Amino acid sequence: MREYKHKLLGYLRREILPTTHCPGCGCGQVLNAFVNAIDDLEIDPKNIISVTGIGCSSWIPSPYLKCDTLHTTHGRAVAFATGVKVIRPQANVVVIAGDGDLAGIGGNHLIHAARRNVGLAVFLVNNYIYGMTGGQVSPTTPFGAVTTTTPYSNAEYPLNIAEVVAAAGANYVARWTTYHIRKLIAAMKEVLQKKGFSFIEIVSQCPVSYGRRVGLRDGVAFMEYFKKSSVGVGTAENMSEEELEGKIVVGKLVERHRIEFTESLRRINESCQKRASGE
Amino acid sequence: MKADPAGVLTGAHYLDGDFACGEGAMAAGCRFTAGYPITPSTEVVERIARRFPTMGGLFIQMEDEMASMAAIVGASWTGTKTLTVTSGPGFSLMMENIGLAVMMETPCVVVNVQRGGPSTGLPTMTGQADMMQARWGSHGDYEIIALSPQSPQEAFDLMIDAFNLAELYRVPVLFMMDECVGHMTEKVVIPPAEEIEIVPRTLTSVPPGEYWPYHVNGKYVPEFARAGDGYRFHTTGLTHDERGYPDMSAECQEKCVHRLLEKIKNNADKIVRFDEEQTDGADVVVVSYGITARVARMGVDLARKKGLKVGIIRLIVVWPFPEKRIRELAGNIKAFVVPEINYGQMVLEVERCAAGQASAICVPHGGGGVHDPNDICEAIVRAAK
Ligand SMILES: Cc1ncc(C[n+]2csc(CCOP(=O)(O)OP(=O)(O)O)c2C)c(N)n1
Repeated sequence: MREYKHKLLGYLRREILPTTHCPGCGCGQVLNAFVNAIDDLEIDPKNIISVTGIGCSSWIPSPYLKCDTLHTTHGRAVAFATGVKVIRPQANVVVIAGDGDLAGIGGNHLIHAARRNVGLAVFLVNNYIYGMTGGQVSPTTPFGAVTTTTPYSNAEYPLNIAEVVAAAGANYVARWTTYHIRKLIAAMKEVLQKKGFSFIEIVSQCPVSYGRRVGLRDGVAFMEYFKKSSVGVGTAENMSEEELEGKIVVGKLVERHRIEFTESLRRINESCQKRASGE
Repeated sequence: MKADPAGVLTGAHYLDGDFACGEGAMAAGCRFTAGYPITPSTEVVERIARRFPTMGGLFIQMEDEMASMAAIVGASWTGTKTLTVTSGPGFSLMMENIGLAVMMETPCVVVNVQRGGPSTGLPTMTGQADMMQARWGSHGDYEIIALSPQSPQEAFDLMIDAFNLAELYRVPVLFMMDECVGHMTEKVVIPPAEEIEIVPRTLTSVPPGEYWPYHVNGKYVPEFARAGDGYRFHTTGLTHDERGYPDMSAECQEKCVHRLLEKIKNNADKIVRFDEEQTDGADVVVVSYGITARVARMGVDLARKKGLKVGIIRLIVVWPFPEKRIRELAGNIKAFVVPEINYGQMVLEVERCAAGQASAICVPHGGGGVHDPNDICEAIVRAAK
């Protein structure tokens, strides 16, 4: 029998497959989209440095993606990646992590990296829940949702993290879901070519730790839900707040052209060096 | 390797300990620093931020100390020598990522210009109460290296050693200054670059494809590959095998953590450093470090004038602790006297090593100032009885 080999398998560390993700999880779709994006762009994985936090979403590249993969601490991936990017400005420095990681414990780093406009590609996988720890409420869990730590109902309103990152000054912000896989790949390609802080909120599914408590039993149920609930940014502009209730606004939210942080730093160094040498 | 002249401000200067520490870092080859302002340490990064551009260094003021620590660990993985600087409250915030640096085996240096604590404590006044936090502050089992300078000159000199030790053993090295040394101004002589010996990051000679980040081949310290050089390696704070891949098993944990401990423990003889003076025939030996070592010397002089036989051990490297020497001395003397600006931290280590053969007497100070040398003298007199 001929062994079946996926054309993108070369991007993965075969020796440690299969992944640890649960059936129906969106993490595989995100990995698939990302690998397709780098394949389409013909980016050599040698030029990708992946930095991740802690959580299931961080296990999308760590340890499976065959590039430099640095698996750090909960919430600190963006700060860690900032240190990498300033010394390796030519590399594609990519951060993939969850909503708890990037919007919760690491929220402040996310805001400040966006403000600095560090040239990172950040993919926040928003599954509305703390997946790895077994389904606790997260900063993006919808109001009223049942989770293991809001066993009756979530009393908090969710954070619109993409809007926060846009307001903080990022050069690129988009939101897509795992249902919009082609749009997601296209957006990832834009992000990987964009200078400055670039961010995609990827609305994803966790049937095991979230879905089954809110009536979305499997991956398919989530796909139908994402399809039904999403509206494009253009359409959303003409909708009232009430009409947007429960909707997922998808598309590009912001695109700017501010100078990238490490480039700014280097320019300052160059001008100091010129001044010092009396030019 | 000799130091890069671009970072070496050769000459005789009048500098405070913070500035000297910053100069030491730059002379040692540090080219990335991340920090968050905190008294009494801020002058270190102010100095670096001003001087970095001409030598191609990069400084970022991060949003907090967790970010600062994370950023220097990240930047170190590109092969750059990195530093962060803080004081007590920030040191507490750095603990988790200091553990990450330990686990990933990342060379970097963390300066703590100690002030009085706990909590916000005495922001502008001295303390030495973070010595045990330096040893045990991050969770899990690990061994660490920490140094403590007693003067601005030593803040410069030991900074070079701190960076070199970080490279040799691939550990975060903690630089435990105190506010007194940080803010005292004295003569600091910076030698020419060619007289400063630097340990560069030794990069692996194994080609990509054959390289595994934690394959040690019977040695203690694995070979380093830089992120961005095409090795496509994996590193993690999770318990990992030699390939760097996570392995959640007791066997792997044993192997992984054991080596992290052994690489410091089994090289302790090479790392440990202290000054020793007149311990032969002494009845009492005073053990101290940092600013307190200078105050203690005055106490010792007073006691010697009274005819007492007093020796001195001054810790330069505080972690690992000079266990062997303290054990040996314990058999020959009556007591150790340990003044420190805390309520008894390093004295616990002295007591442990003395193991009942000699007593270990703490001369505490709550912080905000230094000891009265008379108090140290009195403790020596009592100890000699
Ligand atoms: C400092 C710290 N606090 C808590 C944890 C425990 N923890 C591990 S993963 C996780 C949450 C992950 O949720 P999220 O970031 O949304 O990622 P997901 O697993 O849903 O992909 C938490 C709280 C930790 N590892 N470190």
